[in-house]
Amino acid sequence: MIRDPKDIKRYNASERANHWVVGMSFILLALSGLAFFHPAFFPLTQFFGGPVWARILHPFVGVLMAVSFLSIFLRFKHLNVVTPADVDWLKKAKNMVDGNDHDMPEQGKYNGGQKVMFWALAGCMLAMTLSGLLIWRAYFHFDVTLVRLGAVVHAAAGAAMIGFIMVHVYAAIWVKGTIRAMWYGTVTRAWAKQHHRGWYRQITGK
Amino acid sequence: MALHSLDILRRSATTTAAPQARSPMEVAKLIDVSICIGCKACQVACSEWNELREEVGSCVGVYDNPTDLSAQAWTVMRFNEVEENGKLEWLIRKDGCMHCADPGCLKACPSPGAIIQYKNGIVDFHEENCIGCGYCVTGCPFNVPRISKDDGKAYKCSLCSDRVAVGQEPACVKTCPTGAIQFGSKEDMIDVAETRVADLKKRGYDNAGLYNPEGVGGTHVMYVLHHADKPELYNGLPSKPSISALVHLWKGFTKPLAMLSLGAIAIGSLFHYVTKGPNEVSKEIENEIEKEDA
Repeated sequence: MIRDPKDIKRYNASERANHWVVGMSFILLALSGLAFFHPAFFPLTQFFGGPVWARILHPFVGVLMAVSFLSIFLRFKHLNVVTPADVDWLKKAKNMVDGNDHDMPEQGKYNGGQKVMFWALAGCMLAMTLSGLLIWRAYFHFDVTLVRLGAVVHAAAGAAMIGFIMVHVYAAIWVKGTIRAMWYGTVTRAWAKQHHRGWYRQITGK
Repeated sequence: MALHSLDILRRSATTTAAPQARSPMEVAKLIDVSICIGCKACQVACSEWNELREEVGSCVGVYDNPTDLSAQAWTVMRFNEVEENGKLEWLIRKDGCMHCADPGCLKACPSPGAIIQYKNGIVDFHEENCIGCGYCVTGCPFNVPRISKDDGKAYKCSLCSDRVAVGQEPACVKTCPTGAIQFGSKEDMIDVAETRVADLKKRGYDNAGLYNPEGVGGTHVMYVLHHADKPELYNGLPSKPSISALVHLWKGFTKPLAMLSLGAIAIGSLFHYVTKGPNEVSKEIENEIEKEDA
């Protein structure tokens, strides 16, 4: 479905599908993970058919997320190399959060904040995967000190990752016209010109 | 409330207080290693009473059989040949749960009510609430709990909480033919141990002593050791056991801190939206695009 033929394609179908596999597995992992993280969230295990099922399923969904995240990482890593313009953008990010984005430096497909988010999530994902294997007792048997370290890293990286994703989701809600890029792949030209002018020029040649 | 003898002191993954009104006395099992002859009657009594049947296995060249604790073997005898004071000594230790006053397993357990510490000091696994994550194994300073390969649940010595609840001693105590295992109030057991330690010292074991390690708040299974200065001789019994600093970090103040931070991000986002408003495409740029199209 094309709303306006002049809309700009931001994500193709395969990229979107990949993103939502990561997104759905993240939601399942966050809900079950929080249940093990703190007793206040333990009732969330009911979404998974009870606490034992939550314990059994969590690591398998983790494998799915690790693989699908790796795929999305490889697709987008070259677009997320941090440049001096990004550093400049990050220095001025406070103004933007305050509601004034007029003086922000021109950004390519991703701005400095998005790039920092990309690398922070990649770091968390790596830590989650490795520490997750250390504490997956059904299949792996590591030395207890390693398992203890794994438990600490898994809890810390998990909490950090949930925090980063909350910021990621809020940013998408806050910046109007953004979410459609991940639903059906396009953004308006005005959106691209305002938020990612460098990318807008590159696509439109203007 | 159920039996007075089963009053609960602490319950895993529970953030509110257990009922505090009644204060039953603490019990303890005292294992006098210097009297033990390694007959394994306690192992048999344990498997009889609890109806556990570990596979018979085969001889691996030492007396240890089964060679390790398991879901079907809650206590095992550990045989060690050591040389002390120029003499060969055969040290035999009955291994199993120590029933710590500060149990690492309970601290680590994420499932409400899967691990219970009774006011009498017994730390009991309630397998019906166990989810099989193995965090108890991660938390234990003595490497005691075992996850069953059959049902994925964690098992360990219950100090025969069912027998103790009705005024009986644990099965291993009942059966021990030399009186090496005794059971009673923790206070009494410490008294008994002191008498034994004094006797051992008179017989030339200058370093005899009671193993009731402070690092875990004391234990409700205690040993009389001839070499209390070197507990490691007894198949690696830790000299200063305590809950690992990593487990404290994992299960300590970091949890509420992380919860508060996540809550702050959620609430902060909401208030950012209602105070600053959404970040919309400016009218100016929309007009520019419209002009291009015209």
